[in-house]
Amino acid sequence: MESNSPMVQEKMPVALSSEGIPEVYSGSATAQEQIQFITFTIGKQEYGVDIMSVREIKGWVETTLLPNTPEYMRGVLNLRGVIVPIFDLRCRFGQGQTDATKMHVIVIIAVKSRMVGILVDTVSDILTVPLNDIRAVPRMERLIDEEYLSGLVTINERMVALLNEERLFDTQLIEDGVTAGRALEA
Amino acid sequence: MSNNEFNLDQFKATYFEECAELLIDAETRLALLQQHPDAVDVEDLHAIFRVVHSVKGGAGAFSFDQLVGFAHIYETLLDKMRQGTIAITEDLITLLLAANDILTRLIQAAQDGVTLTDSNLLDITNQLKSFAEDGSHKQQEKPAPPSSQEPPQQEEQPAPARKSHYTIRFSPKPQLFQHANEPLLLVREMKQLGELSTTVNTENLPNIRKIEPDIAYFSWIFELVTDRSLADVEEVFEFVTDDCELEITVATPEPASAGLASSDEPPHTQGSTDAPEVPATSPVPEGKAAPLSPPPENIPGPLQPAGAPPTAAKVSSIRVDLDRVDRLVNMVGELVITQAMLKQQVDNLPPEFAQYMSKGFEDLGMHTREIQESVMAVRMQPVKSVFSRIPRLVRELATKLNKQVELVTLGEHTEVDKTVIEQLADPLIHMIRNSLDHGIEENAEARVAVGKPSKATVTLSAEHRSGRIHIIVTDDGRGINRERVRSKAIEKGVISPDSALSDEEIDDLIFSPGFSTADEVTDVSGRGVGMDVVRRNITNLGGRIAVQSIPGQGTKFVMSLPLTLAVLDGMIVSVGREKFVISLTSIIESLRPAIKDLHHLSNGATVVAIRGEYVRLVKLHKLFKITDAEKDPSKALVVIAEIEGGRRVGILVDELLGQQQVVIKSLEENYDPVEGISAATILGNGKVALILDVDGLNTMAKAEINELIQEKQNDYHPISEALPPPLIGTHSIEEQREAEIAECN
Amino acid sequence: MALKVLAVDDSKTMRDMVSFTLRSAGHDVIEASDGRDALSKLMGSGRVDLVITDVNMPNMDGLALVKEIRANPTHRLTPILVLTTEADGAKKEEGRAVGATGWIVKPFNPEKLLQVVQKVCP
Repeated sequence: MESNSPMVQEKMPVALSSEGIPEVYSGSATAQEQIQFITFTIGKQEYGVDIMSVREIKGWVETTLLPNTPEYMRGVLNLRGVIVPIFDLRCRFGQGQTDATKMHVIVIIAVKSRMVGILVDTVSDILTVPLNDIRAVPRMERLIDEEYLSGLVTINERMVALLNEERLFDTQLIEDGVTAGRALEA
Repeated sequence: MSNNEFNLDQFKATYFEECAELLIDAETRLALLQQHPDAVDVEDLHAIFRVVHSVKGGAGAFSFDQLVGFAHIYETLLDKMRQGTIAITEDLITLLLAANDILTRLIQAAQDGVTLTDSNLLDITNQLKSFAEDGSHKQQEKPAPPSSQEPPQQEEQPAPARKSHYTIRFSPKPQLFQHANEPLLLVREMKQLGELSTTVNTENLPNIRKIEPDIAYFSWIFELVTDRSLADVEEVFEFVTDDCELEITVATPEPASAGLASSDEPPHTQGSTDAPEVPATSPVPEGKAAPLSPPPENIPGPLQPAGAPPTAAKVSSIRVDLDRVDRLVNMVGELVITQAMLKQQVDNLPPEFAQYMSKGFEDLGMHTREIQESVMAVRMQPVKSVFSRIPRLVRELATKLNKQVELVTLGEHTEVDKTVIEQLADPLIHMIRNSLDHGIEENAEARVAVGKPSKATVTLSAEHRSGRIHIIVTDDGRGINRERVRSKAIEKGVISPDSALSDEEIDDLIFSPGFSTADEVTDVSGRGVGMDVVRRNITNLGGRIAVQSIPGQGTKFVMSLPLTLAVLDGMIVSVGREKFVISLTSIIESLRPAIKDLHHLSNGATVVAIRGEYVRLVKLHKLFKITDAEKDPSKALVVIAEIEGGRRVGILVDELLGQQQVVIKSLEENYDPVEGISAATILGNGKVALILDVDGLNTMAKAEINELIQEKQNDYHPISEALPPPLIGTHSIEEQREAEIAECN
Repeated sequence: MALKVLAVDDSKTMRDMVSFTLRSAGHDVIEASDGRDALSKLMGSGRVDLVITDVNMPNMDGLALVKEIRANPTHRLTPILVLTTEADGAKKEEGRAVGATGWIVKPFNPEKLLQVVQKVCP
């Protein structure tokens, strides 16, 4: 795990469109285990998913709606012959449907054996975070449903909420409704 | 020549795949044996023996010891059976079936890397052994001759530190060459062991005119000095021991002792003077450097066979990895889509350009379709692989239920796509179970009492019909007891006590969720899985299942499935901005209904009268909440589609956009099932379109109406008032109408 | 030197193993799935330096194949190795009786197979 650090450092500026590399990753020989996240925004809140689960990032395209599915289920699209469902993350967090334009982004991720796309506003960064820096999600009197987040990271005064994709798109749990996003906005 | 890449694991996949095929073969043959235990075809026994033998051979290579051990015992018994030393009885065949089960499980265990320890395994093993022993009085197991000893002993005997002196007298018998052995190779091999000196005796060589080129005339005495063991030296002659006289003497390892002197003959050459140079004057056989082996050409020897060489059968099939076929199917699917996409673009061109391209596109379309059909044909398999499991099932069930049943199988060579084959087994087994358990009378007396033969007949057949495969299970049992079904359905709350149902609809109740006619859950068809699950699974495959029954005469299950689950011929329809695909096989016609033919029932349903029949409308826009669709049925189009049980519904759509063969893509690969949708496809423009599940839509429409009724809180009967009399009144239409009315309820 | 070997076995697993071993040693391999198939391959293949055959096979078993080859004017002197299992020593004898050159005991290991091949082919 630790051996791939130098490679990461080289790659990052290429992969990033944003200002720079967060301080967290200094390139010094910390033996600490690290994990990489792709972060994206919904409104002002920043979320992250494990880079290992990200398969592709693409601009929003018109989808085919699936009848009688929840509001945040934005239909399916054809990803090189595979039918992939697209979820509106903003809506998933109970903040209403995203008015999707060409500027919006779909992040295709692998969740267990499935491929799903999540609709977000923008992709912002790639973070390399020592595992130790990931904090547990505080229980804030039912405002946060910590189940859907796997942790929080603070970098340069930005707080990034790390998604627990497996739970987020578990159809059994979906009916429960979520308020995680609202809590983070607050 | 060492070979580091040899890794057994790479062959395992092939092995298990092969085992699966072998087991099907064995199962089929066993089923045959079981059907006719009195007239056993020895070929079947040979074939089963080979199956077990092959399984064992491979298992040995992979060191699946448990599997090898069992296969060996099983094989021993089979060997005796095929040689006729053991009489074939029904008990024995039952044992073979059990043994085959164990074999299947052991193969699975080997695949999973586990060892089986259950008592059944032990029990069957012991039975096999005792059967094999009982029958073996006449024939003793041949002990392996000593020559078959493998040479691992050489590792046990440490090589002698000092060199030994071997004297080897080697006199080939005449047939040595005819077995393609070659003294030169022996010499080479010995040279690798140590220092070798050779003396040849040519005294037996006849006159050149009498020489037969494939007869050995020479003999040799070899003197070999080596540190290798006697076994090593003997191994050199492993293959020729029967074709020669061989004598090996070892001088004691005292290097000083006179090894040569101890031999009987001095190592000088005898009679070499009249040795003609046969090898040198004969052409050397192609690819062989050995002059000692005379060539076969141009020699009219006694071994020349009379007549032509045996005609050989051509291999007409190859084995292809399923992944490769799937990839091909997918690629062709993409090709179809691309072709449709290009076609669309060409259609948008100004006519003067389009006309140049249209001919080419016609051809391209035709070829694409042909390729697709050919590729699909690659995956077609006879249903035999599924049908072969049934005789055994029937036999076991019949025994368990204490009924006499004969199974008749028809059309087992009917072919269907592999995807369908895989899905066929479970529903089929259920249908068979149902027939035996519920269909056939409790006992032979009950049958005889009503004038039927005491042995019941269950017929299983497969046939192609209008682009689908029909699997039909018929029994000559008592038929569905409608009274009982009805009361059961009322008791279970499936129907209300006062509902008026046609016979067909009562029969159809056996497919209702939570319905089971068996008074108690039986070992045979119970286990909580009812015919409702069977129907749901079949429907999910784009199939239908229906039951027909005549009381006292029997029951017939008809399962109809598409020939493939990979493509379908679809009609593309639009509803608002959305596009959907309806399978062409379920479409009967499409029409724009006249206002007078539309009848709005007070339960909220709308029916359309078509040539005297009432067909209920399924309003897609309503079920799918599509706001920009045409809501007035008289302005929209109605696609009449057939649903399960041969009934019809009218699907309300805005427009028909055209027919197209579409590649079926699973929605469930990445998402959950959506009601009313069976799958998805990709259209020419790259967009996803949903394939409608017509039966599912019908269910949704019914449910919607039920909700409405419940909201109204009134008991609802007024169909007869609401409906005008049918335009044409024949008996069959009356019946149809009755069914329609009941359905609208 | 590279040999052209005809490998005959009704089990694809065994064929694969034999072929793989021989091919990794630089030999050419033609595969056949039973005796009859082997004969037809033999007809169409020109020179064949070695035949390796299983015994128990459908259509035409290994021993019948050996007999056929020995009766064939073109191939009657081709070395033939019979694949036998440890248990049936009798098969070796039968194989010899009908004219097999030698045998290989299954399960074989690759080195052993190549050794035996070397033993019967120059």
